Amino acid sequence: MGAYLTRRFLLMMLTLFGMSILIFVMLRLVPGNVADILVDSAGIADPKEKAKIAAELGLDQPIFDQYLHWISGLSRGDLGFAYVSERPAIEEIGPRIPISAKLAGLALFFSVILGVPLGVISAVRQNTGLDYFLRILSLSGLSLPSFWLGLLILMASVQWFGMIPIYTNEPRSFIDEVLLLSIPAAAVGFRSSALIMRLTRSSMLEVLRQDYIRTARSKGASQTSVNYEHALRNALLPVVTIIGIEAAFLVGGLIVTETVFNIPGVARFLVEAILWRDYPIVQNLVMLIAFIVVVVNFLVDMAYMALDPRIKFAD
Amino acid sequence: MRTRLAFVASGLAAFVVAASPAFAQKQGGTLRVSHRDNPPSASIHEEATVSVIQPFMAVFNNLVVFDPKEKINSPDKIVPDLAESWSWNPDQTKLTFKLRSGVKWHDGKPFTAKDVKCTWDALSGKADEKSDLIRKNPRKVWYNNLKEVTVGSDTEVTFTLNRPQPSFLSMLAAGYSPVYACHAQGRDMRSKPIGTGPFKVVDFKRNESIKLVRNPDYWKKGRPYLDAIDWKIVPNRSTRMLGFAAGEFDMTFDSDVTFPLLKDIKSQKPDAVCEGRPSNVNQNILINPEAPPFDKPEVRRAVAMSIDQKPFNDILFQGHALSGAAMLPPPAGVWGMPKEMLQTLPGFATDVEKSRAEARKIMEGLGYSKDKPLKVKVSTRNIAIYRDPAVILIDQLKNVYIEAELDPIDTTVWYTKIQRKDYQLGMNLTGLGVDDPDTNFYENFYSTSDRNYTSYKNPEIDKLIDQQSAEMDREKRKKIVWEIEKKLAEDGARPVIVHNVANTCWTPQMKGLVLQHNSIYNGWRFEDVWLDR
Repeated sequence: MGAYLTRRFLLMMLTLFGMSILIFVMLRLVPGNVADILVDSAGIADPKEKAKIAAELGLDQPIFDQYLHWISGLSRGDLGFAYVSERPAIEEIGPRIPISAKLAGLALFFSVILGVPLGVISAVRQNTGLDYFLRILSLSGLSLPSFWLGLLILMASVQWFGMIPIYTNEPRSFIDEVLLLSIPAAAVGFRSSALIMRLTRSSMLEVLRQDYIRTARSKGASQTSVNYEHALRNALLPVVTIIGIEAAFLVGGLIVTETVFNIPGVARFLVEAILWRDYPIVQNLVMLIAFIVVVVNFLVDMAYMALDPRIKFAD
Repeated sequence: MRTRLAFVASGLAAFVVAASPAFAQKQGGTLRVSHRDNPPSASIHEEATVSVIQPFMAVFNNLVVFDPKEKINSPDKIVPDLAESWSWNPDQTKLTFKLRSGVKWHDGKPFTAKDVKCTWDALSGKADEKSDLIRKNPRKVWYNNLKEVTVGSDTEVTFTLNRPQPSFLSMLAAGYSPVYACHAQGRDMRSKPIGTGPFKVVDFKRNESIKLVRNPDYWKKGRPYLDAIDWKIVPNRSTRMLGFAAGEFDMTFDSDVTFPLLKDIKSQKPDAVCEGRPSNVNQNILINPEAPPFDKPEVRRAVAMSIDQKPFNDILFQGHALSGAAMLPPPAGVWGMPKEMLQTLPGFATDVEKSRAEARKIMEGLGYSKDKPLKVKVSTRNIAIYRDPAVILIDQLKNVYIEAELDPIDTTVWYTKIQRKDYQLGMNLTGLGVDDPDTNFYENFYSTSDRNYTSYKNPEIDKLIDQQSAEMDREKRKKIVWEIEKKLAEDGARPVIVHNVANTCWTPQMKGLVLQHNSIYNGWRFEDVWLDR
């Protein structure tokens, strides 16, 4: 196990290193740099002014030097300076991470808390009215874009309650924050919950037809015990995989939700930074996302072992 | 005795009536306004968008300013700001300002004439190499005629011009002409600027908010009325509108409410006060004169003659847009030509079919026909306000044997592409900081301007631009301005389609705002705005 973990850790480092090169090069392949855009935004395209800004920001340095400068800073915890705001990147990124993390966490919580039990119910009550209803619900969850759903929620709130659940001021308490974030989290988590529900249902249906389930029933185990103790645990393996993937994909969903609900999180900020070619912000944020994906993948692999004792990671 | 008493009583009554509006104004409160996007920076001199002017003009003062109580900005409606008075020398080449004393910057340092010199030295490219007050200068062309700025004393400064330029004072009165602090760093001016204005910047959080608070040391006693202004950056327009309807904001972003949206606002918030006005932003066509066959003026004219303004106006503005050439038309526009004259220009004829038949003849003469159309691309910024008119334009060009395809360009590289002349036709929007011929013509049509995107070069036009710029007689100057507009239209230099009109809404509790009707870039000091709650 120890050797496995070491190997896994080194692989994670290698993946992150590869990602850093990929992000760095890809950003510079996109047409226009921040100097072009800063000058363009003023409605002018003066090459002298562009060159001056590029020199100020170190964009005239060889690309390898720029990479070394970034990666050595990153290893020391120095994220550099944001080009557009001219403030340390950490000051720009830092306050936004907890907001998005809470939103993503809540969204994932909603999707699991809804998706798994409803998937089980749908499988156990296969081909009943309830199953049809839940299947339609899950299909609508998969087909409704979250920005559209978000706008519908906002319009309904204004129409019926005369208020709008958008982020205009920092919440005063934890409860306020949870209440404020729960609506956008539900909007973004609805799609994931639908996916988790469908996967749980199909996985449960497969497991419920296994011989050991019949044996458990014939030995007199209760329906709840069969469903949740015997079947669900074995049906969860693919569901855990999809939860892991969804956790990584949530960032995509957060971009539109943060825009519609006006949440000053990291996802909306990333899009803005890409548009401005604000390299220090984009590079560091994409590295953060890559790090999260790598860690979540690792945790999913560990979860396999906890869920299925037959799985062993050989040294 | 009775007569005297009646006189005194009526005098008192008149005084009370006259003074009552002043008593009615309430001090305090935070004005909440939605903002449409993230301002590129807070440095007004370095940017060319209302996204910067609207929130940050309240931080600064100018030397002079267009009277904020008047809806129309015109040269005879300029009032003192940091200057107490001004005077011209007899040959109108030296403009001397007597400055207010005792004015302080937000950091407590005194404002002096050196700050004025420092600002305009930077703007006219005469600043010391080490000065970093500004790093971009989109309006450098405004100050081409400025020879030097000299400091007489701490409270006296003189602008020396190469030749008389009656528009010079108008340019100084624009929202784009604040005085910067000499001791400030460029980086600070872009992120948390200091000014002498009624509000101080507390925080500018990118993509999130701009918070301003009342400047307790403001030199204008009793102003501002508001304690603070809180701008929330809400990039999604639907969210902004819903936020306003739900009472999250006291005011929409300027000109954010299109006519279709106005109906929604009125139904969701019936007590909203909304005002539609020309923004002095016009929709125009960029024609690349270096891309054959558009190097021929007659082809450019044919493009202009294909235009029927009505569908643009009906579809995009529900019939509220204005018809005008390069200058904003009257009554809001001070310099635009009369309607009868306008209708004689290519692209403005009342008989569109006749105009198009004439354009087809031009195209046929060059070998184009229905079966052999000229194939082009119409490039435009990939955002709705640019794309929508471009689609209508493409449809109209078919009438003169031009088969066009839409080429949406990432908005961040739009000007770079235009500057490289990497386009044939472009759909463009042009906003004017001041309703003034000098700012418009020198910026957009003078052969040496950085912002002459089409690189339009016509020595005759350059001469006329210089001539009108030096003309002191307003009526004579207008005639030259109209002649320039006519020649520009005939040359197909940025044919104008329509002048935009849009709405701004606020709650009935917000008082004291006077929207400027010939420029969206002026009148955002907010010092007379107050909240009745």
